[in-house]
Amino acid sequence: MNIPSNLSFSKEHEWVRSEEDIAVIGITDYAQDQLGDIVYLDLPSIGTELTQAGKMGEIESVKAVSDLFAPLSGEVLEVNQAAIDAPETVNEQPYGDGWLIKIRLTDAAQLDALLSAEAYDELITREMEENTD
Amino acid sequence: MTDDLRSLPLDALHAELGARFAPFAGWRMPVQYAGIVEEHRAVRERAGVFDVSHMGRIYVSGPAAAQSLRAAVTYDVASLAAGEAHYALMCDDGGGILDDLFVYRMAADRFLVVNNAANAEIGREQIGRHLVDGAELDDRQSTTVMLALQGPASAEILSGSVNGELPKRRRCAELSFGAAPLFACRTGYTGEDGFELIAEVEAGSGLLSALLDVGVTPCGLGARDTLRLEAALPLYGNDIDATTNPWEAGLGFAVSLDDGVDFAGRAALEATYALPIERKLACLQAQGRGIMRPGLPVLHGGQTVASMSSGGFSPLLGVSIGMAYLPVELTEHGTELEVDVRGKLLAASVVPRPFYRRRKTS
Repeated sequence: MNIPSNLSFSKEHEWVRSEEDIAVIGITDYAQDQLGDIVYLDLPSIGTELTQAGKMGEIESVKAVSDLFAPLSGEVLEVNQAAIDAPETVNEQPYGDGWLIKIRLTDAAQLDALLSAEAYDELITREMEENTD
Repeated sequence: MTDDLRSLPLDALHAELGARFAPFAGWRMPVQYAGIVEEHRAVRERAGVFDVSHMGRIYVSGPAAAQSLRAAVTYDVASLAAGEAHYALMCDDGGGILDDLFVYRMAADRFLVVNNAANAEIGREQIGRHLVDGAELDDRQSTTVMLALQGPASAEILSGSVNGELPKRRRCAELSFGAAPLFACRTGYTGEDGFELIAEVEAGSGLLSALLDVGVTPCGLGARDTLRLEAALPLYGNDIDATTNPWEAGLGFAVSLDDGVDFAGRAALEATYALPIERKLACLQAQGRGIMRPGLPVLHGGQTVASMSSGGFSPLLGVSIGMAYLPVELTEHGTELEVDVRGKLLAASVVPRPFYRRRKTS
């Protein structure tokens, strides 16, 4: 499973790439693999104020619908319309063209609570072990 | 919980193939291998194979087999010739649908009933209750494997793997795989040409490997559901159950009322048949993005008129499709409806049934 070391991660399987007070958010390779074929994205519109851990949208695969939770608080600056138009992009390039939203952080200190690539790797390894039991 | 799940006889082979498993009707079942959409397309374009050994397989044999089975199901199975197959329902005395199933007449005095895994027990009981002298029931679910080979290339592929003349559409025949007997039914649940194949476990394992070796795509329950939905084939528990009747479900062809036999549910079904149909299982196609799922409310003019009985994404059409019991006056093709997807209204229209129909080649 691909886990880029330059990103931060949430327990809800989102990745964050931040620079100063701007953060790009997507779902991880593990998340897209678990979901299977993604067919619909319901993302917050530009200007929406997100609250950390609050529901920010929905992602649907052929199998099921799942909620998306905001990994950080902030204002939505950009939404990836190309991914909305072709949701399979999230399966194909979860860390690249399949990004979801860009936000301006309300509280940059929240970044410290996210997981490192190493910690996230441990989290999904545990999950995968539980799934095979 | 998960410990109580039954595993398919070929569970280890599926695990080797990279299957993801999930519980279904008490079984640990492969849901997908490479991915649902890829598996779906393989079946529409060439061929896929599903392990459906979880389904019930009940044999009824003896000189009174036809008479006994007829009394347990809605279709006049006694009218089938040897080698013919037909879809039927099993109803309670009140006419409520207990299960849907396929009946294969293997010989004058021998039938095979294939029913849903979740209802296997109910089927055994109901058939057992209607057995008369000269008929016996044999449950072979745990000693055999059942594979569904589905897709336009199925016949060509199967003829290269087995001996014997393949049955024609909706017929069945005894073939052999190597030295082992193989029962082949030209039926399925995908809307494609294809075969359902039953063999002892060892031969079934060999057959599955042989099919995979010639490039047949392993498919799981996920693709089975998207394929059957495009073909608008009902799923028991979603589209039909004890509260639905055969005619509103479009399954009148599964009910024989003119042979005079007093089968389970007959009186109630006759009374229902005499009444006008008030609602019909209709096909809905979404007009925008968003996915219709079972249970979501269907609205017309702001009023809730139904709820989705089945729904999902159609890989073929690239939009969401589904079925719902609509008041008959709303079942005309082109009728505009809305589906309430967790607070967002998704436009949908009534379209002809089924969503997908294969090109007839056999």
